[in-house]
Amino acid sequence: MSPVTDNLKGFSVTFRHLFRKPVTQQFPEYKRPVYPRFRGRHRLHRHENGLEKCVGCSLCAAACPADCIRVVAAENTPEERYSPGERYARIYEINMSRCIFCGYCELACPFDAITLGHDYELAEMSRDALVYTKQMLLEPGPEARRTPVAPVDPYDIPAQEDGPA
Amino acid sequence: MSATEHASAPVVPLWQPAQVPSPTPSKIDPPEGEDLITVNFGPNHPSTHGVLRLIVTLDGEVVVGLDADIGYVHTGFEKNFEQKTYWKGIPYAPRMDYLAFFANELAYVGAVERLIEIEVPERAQWIRTLFAELNRIHSHLIFLGTSGVELGAISLFFYCLRERDRVLDLFEMVTGVRMHDRYPQFGGVAEDLPRGFYAEAKRFCHDVPLRIDEYLDLVAGNSVWRDRYRGIGTIDAATAIAMGLSGPNLRASGVPFDLRRAEPYLAYDKMDFDIVTGERGDAFDRLMCRTKEMYESVKIIDQCLEGMPSGPVMADDRKHVLPPRHELQTSMESLIHHFKLVTEGFRVKANQIYYTVESPRGEFGCFLVSDGGPKPWRIHFRAPSFVSLQSTAMMAVNRYIADLIVVVGSLDGVMGEADR
Ligand code: SF4
Ligand code: SF4
Repeated sequence: MSPVTDNLKGFSVTFRHLFRKPVTQQFPEYKRPVYPRFRGRHRLHRHENGLEKCVGCSLCAAACPADCIRVVAAENTPEERYSPGERYARIYEINMSRCIFCGYCELACPFDAITLGHDYELAEMSRDALVYTKQMLLEPGPEARRTPVAPVDPYDIPAQEDGPA
Repeated sequence: MSATEHASAPVVPLWQPAQVPSPTPSKIDPPEGEDLITVNFGPNHPSTHGVLRLIVTLDGEVVVGLDADIGYVHTGFEKNFEQKTYWKGIPYAPRMDYLAFFANELAYVGAVERLIEIEVPERAQWIRTLFAELNRIHSHLIFLGTSGVELGAISLFFYCLRERDRVLDLFEMVTGVRMHDRYPQFGGVAEDLPRGFYAEAKRFCHDVPLRIDEYLDLVAGNSVWRDRYRGIGTIDAATAIAMGLSGPNLRASGVPFDLRRAEPYLAYDKMDFDIVTGERGDAFDRLMCRTKEMYESVKIIDQCLEGMPSGPVMADDRKHVLPPRHELQTSMESLIHHFKLVTEGFRVKANQIYYTVESPRGEFGCFLVSDGGPKPWRIHFRAPSFVSLQSTAMMAVNRYIADLIVVVGSLDGVMGEADR
């Protein structure tokens, strides 16, 4: 092989790319659906009757490797009832600027009260805005509902439920 | 390496002090001279792959003295591990070498697993093997792409990142994040593969070798690449061993040493793959070694997909593994275990271990000392980039400054890992 043919081979690669479809995705206009297992912005959940699932046990805070969850629990009273248990989370804060999206809080919570959602557009103009309060986590605003998600089947159902992969 | 392969490997003495500059291999003092200038190359220079600082003494365009200085992204990882329970350490591990995240996790998780003597199910081993190889492709693609950027060729970088994105898509589908996945957990992997994985991974295995063919068309015959890389940063096998090089840097010098063969871990003993070696040990061979290793990785991924055994992906060990989620609602005992594991962690009896994996950069080792408590007493990582970067000075001195860039790039150091 001579240097000339070798170099031409290289040029043919770049030349062929002229006729390929670009793989670029125009991000803000087009959003690639994330996979169902994707870990993004957290959500706190409610029971069907409107009570919060979180009982303020602080297990998620204990599990968090980045130490970014702060839970302050208080007693439920008959007049003011937030959760079905004895206690509820009076303060529940996640510092999103520290969070590493490991999902350990989700694994740790015994009551499925906190899960990681799919939203990833979390940029803010100030750091303070990144400390998410319980209200923001319970009722995410419209900006947190825009992320498209790929179907659960086949992207989340474990392969082995119908035989080996 | 099996015994027979040992015999065919070149017989080299393990240590040849004469070939290693003393006292610090990463430093070569300049000669006395009038017209020499000393400049800082880095720490913030696009071609130093992060924040490597090279104090270069130049005679005109020729490097006559060099001091490689590191430590600019030292983040105290090893100390951080000591503050966390073993389980909480897992998400820290991948963040050291951000290109070989999965290999880092495997080293840490593997070391702890050996200390707590937990049996990892067969299927989990295979899944880990599969992802370790995907990760190798990821790391080598970035290496190949940036090696083009260093020469001013941008197309290859885009092509490589295009394929890298497909690797990351596979990671996202299975683990939930594109990098830094904490997917291997003590006793197995966090979740089983989803149903759609097989088809997508198969498609990946079909496409990527064709793409690597294209990269080789672009690189291997290209006269610019050849002129810039051939004969640069040459290191012979004996010196490479004396300098502690490992991985592709060592194999490029003709030493067929690969931990996947030498001390098979995971499911590598069941895999059929070749060890790619170079002949001359120069930058071009290192480039080729890595590029061709991707073919082998694809071969391993394909075998993993075809031969994946069925069964559980997590060990059934209530002392060290979080209980299955559905049991939390029904079993008080599971709930207590769950609370205890999350808050306090498990205790590891006093012992120490050194466990290595073949990361894309070479031998990545985790040395772990336990004092019987729920946190590591001391943890240390053997970072292949740290070791390989000390040969920079030897390789670059008495060469042009432009070759210095090629030398640093071809060693494929990741500063996050070197500094930790
Ligand atoms: S995802 Fe991880 S880092 Fe983030 S809040 Fe949960 S446990 Fe903490
Ligand atoms: S989210 Fe779950 S783990 Fe965290 S305090 Fe609430 S109930 Fe406990």
